Amino acid sequence: MTGIENLLLEHQQEELTNRELGFWLYLMTDAIIFALLFATYVVMFSNTAGGTEPAQLFDLSHVGWETTCLLLSSTSFGLAWLAVQADKRQTAVLWLVVTCLLGVSFLGLEIKEFVDLINQQATPQRSGYLSAFFTLVATHGLHVSIGLLGILVMIGQLIMEGRTAPVISRLFRLGLFWHFLDIIWIGIFSVVYLPVFIR
Amino acid sequence: MTLLGRLSLEALPFYSWVAMGGAVVTLLAVLLPVLFLSYKRLWPWLWREWLTSVDHKKIGVMYIVLALAMLVRGFIDAIMMRAQQAIALNNEGYLPPEHFEQIFTSHGTIMIFFMAMPFLTGLINIIVPLQIGARDVAFPFLNSVSLWLTAAGAGLVATSLVIGRFSTAGWTGYPPYSGIQYSPGVGVDYWIWALMVSGVGSTLTGINFIVTILRCRAPGMTLMKMPLFVWTTLCTSLLIAFAFPALTVVAAMLGLDRTLGMHFFTNELGGNMMNFANLLWIWGHPEVYILILPAFGIYSEVTATFARKPLFGYRSLVYATAVIALLSFTVWLHHFFTMGSSASVNAVFGIATMVIAVPTGVKIFDWLFTLFRGQITFHPALLFTIGFIVTFVIGGMTGVLLAIPPVDYQMHNTTFLVAHFHNMLIPGALFGYLAGMQYWFPKAFGFTLNQRWGKWIFWLWTIGFYLAFMPLYLVGLLGMPRRLEQYTTPEWQPYLIVAFIGACFVLAGLCAIFIQLWVSVREREQNRDTTGDPWDGRTLEWYTSSPPAPYNFASIPKGDERDAFWQMKQTRMAYRFTQPSSIILPANTGMGVLLGVSGGILGFAMVWHIWWLALLALISIIALVVVRSSREERVSIYQPELIQSLEKPWQTSLAQAGLIGDGDPI
Ligand code: HEM
Ligand SMILES: [Cu+2]
Repeated sequence: MTGIENLLLEHQQEELTNRELGFWLYLMTDAIIFALLFATYVVMFSNTAGGTEPAQLFDLSHVGWETTCLLLSSTSFGLAWLAVQADKRQTAVLWLVVTCLLGVSFLGLEIKEFVDLINQQATPQRSGYLSAFFTLVATHGLHVSIGLLGILVMIGQLIMEGRTAPVISRLFRLGLFWHFLDIIWIGIFSVVYLPVFIR
Repeated sequence: MTLLGRLSLEALPFYSWVAMGGAVVTLLAVLLPVLFLSYKRLWPWLWREWLTSVDHKKIGVMYIVLALAMLVRGFIDAIMMRAQQAIALNNEGYLPPEHFEQIFTSHGTIMIFFMAMPFLTGLINIIVPLQIGARDVAFPFLNSVSLWLTAAGAGLVATSLVIGRFSTAGWTGYPPYSGIQYSPGVGVDYWIWALMVSGVGSTLTGINFIVTILRCRAPGMTLMKMPLFVWTTLCTSLLIAFAFPALTVVAAMLGLDRTLGMHFFTNELGGNMMNFANLLWIWGHPEVYILILPAFGIYSEVTATFARKPLFGYRSLVYATAVIALLSFTVWLHHFFTMGSSASVNAVFGIATMVIAVPTGVKIFDWLFTLFRGQITFHPALLFTIGFIVTFVIGGMTGVLLAIPPVDYQMHNTTFLVAHFHNMLIPGALFGYLAGMQYWFPKAFGFTLNQRWGKWIFWLWTIGFYLAFMPLYLVGLLGMPRRLEQYTTPEWQPYLIVAFIGACFVLAGLCAIFIQLWVSVREREQNRDTTGDPWDGRTLEWYTSSPPAPYNFASIPKGDERDAFWQMKQTRMAYRFTQPSSIILPANTGMGVLLGVSGGILGFAMVWHIWWLALLALISIIALVVVRSSREERVSIYQPELIQSLEKPWQTSLAQAGLIGDGDPI
């Protein structure tokens, strides 16, 4: 039956390469969603309706910590990927756990930022500007949460199934997703936070 | 806050007789098939063979069944509006204003999202993998998910007829009217969630077919050798992938405004409703081409086949398609020339719009030159194509008129516009889908459709279309606004009565579609398509049995030439079979149905603010995805012996038809 086994392997190979291309396309659609949210944010920038102004909202060191967590988590994901390549399963799992912790810290910081804002009456219901701000940043945060769920699932799969071709391919795609979120965050940092601090 | 959110007995449609009638008809339309299936004990068969199928041909058929059901539903709305406007001179007619508004909203929404989109997706599903010589699409499971998400969206619109009301804000749902302040009910929420749930399905379909076409083509089939329908599908899929995110974003923002009290598009606190118009039409104009490009592909295939000539100007058709797809992202502002942009901005978008007429004109001439001196067979599919060419030119010219901003200031929001876009959508898109159905039906079911009834369908729809919409151009020039429930201008009435008569012709045409199906099923034994090639076709979908086996081709054909199958027949290379080897296909799965049901429940719960149910649906979606991605994929294996026995009947018929001459059969 080696014929059949070869065929199955071929089938799987083809499927996984297709999925990579498909995933790139998915990321593109997601990038469009973010592009439109960014555009909306820029359009709404001055629509504060007498509420809190952007300059009064943000705290540089807080944002700095958020950024640090997320950038480091991308690095640790990269290290996990290298460990998988080098056939070191335990190291890989370890780095994924680190990634997870960094991601959770990022989310924690973001939630704290949101709660603080809401306590200062800067709620998403207060003005068009704040609606746009919360929606843009929270959409990113939602993506990070989904990514975290994905990392947990992949830790489980690495432990249960080991380095099979589908697991490696999924990890690769999850990595694309994670680094993509990093890039989006850099966008958020440059469009949402940086202009305010520079001024 | 209660357990059922906003849902109470008041949601039932006891507010008007017509609404109750609608609810009863909807319930019957669901109950009767359910009862019939239960009575015949067909559920297990339906579940095993159809609902859980990941076979692109069956998924395609299910899409088209959905589309035809929605065509009936959308048409009932249409003829109700035509009847209302025919009589509502200086009186209320039979529909109260609020109900009339629900009807034009649901008509537009259903026709675009749940008739046209499923129809074209269904045809693409059935044919594209066959035309590129593939075993299936790139992601068969995702395909099933897309289908069931689309069905869930349609289900939400249908539910709104029975539980609650539908939106009254038109198919475009412009705020601030669609905001919570002016539309506090559930209608707009139904609209939002129907669009978002089915929109995800469409996006996945787009991605699926981009990958399928780029990666699964038969050996030798370079891009410039692909059949034109494949090209238009590729462009449509790219448009879907680029445009639908905008719809998701704009619907989600409106939902956030309505549900969480945000201010994206409200009148106060810094909302900006122009941003809605921009975002909606950044999706909306490409959407028009998403609907129309596949139809252009079908017209091309039909023209070449029934003129028995290769397409004139294949390359120009490909480039024209690509240019149209590109330009379609540069014209969205023409939908709101009158909403305050400066004259120069309007001028830029007006000119961009007119430029689209150029590649479209190129296509028209290509089709005409293909027909010129061809050996023409007047198959119903070709009749639709010719009807399209003639009628579409009128629609194109009125489109160029509307693209001139000063003219648009006069005509916008009148029935002139209604006539224009129906002129694009019915002969442009729907006739194409109907032509595709006449042309490819034998491939999907193994017998041809009755051509006499096919001709009836064509004539009734064409005459009906002209009678129903030409008067609207005229009455629009007289100044009649669209979406009008009653009026006091006696000069308009004669036109509206003619339009109603036109709608009656269309009604007859719609009935003819179902009579044709009925007659053809009854006479199926006389009309078997035993060779798989009933029209002396040119492209690879005709180079397999009708209906094809689950794996489509026992051995993958070569696509070295344009019109690959035609070339094979010319050089007598067709039907040379070799020993098949084993084939692997994905196994059926019920996950797609479960995801669709969860998506539908999520939408319903969000509409009615039943938060616990929404959470439950969300958890179920996450769980399904996690389980699916953690499990070994199951496949079914077709061994050579099985393939041989499946191929036997087809090869026997080919031999009887004397088609297998020089090659040796297996
Ligand atoms: C089959 C014959 C059809 C008839 C008789 C018909 C009739 C109508 C009528 C009477 C209206 C309302 C016009 C007004 O606002 O005054 C309308 C609107 C509309 N129709 Fe049709 N229609 C037909 C087919 C279609 C098809 C096939 C599509 C799309 C593929 C379509 C899409 C729309 C849209 C988008 C609107 C605008 C809804 C709105 O105002 O929000 N119709 N149609
Ligand atoms: Cu447009």
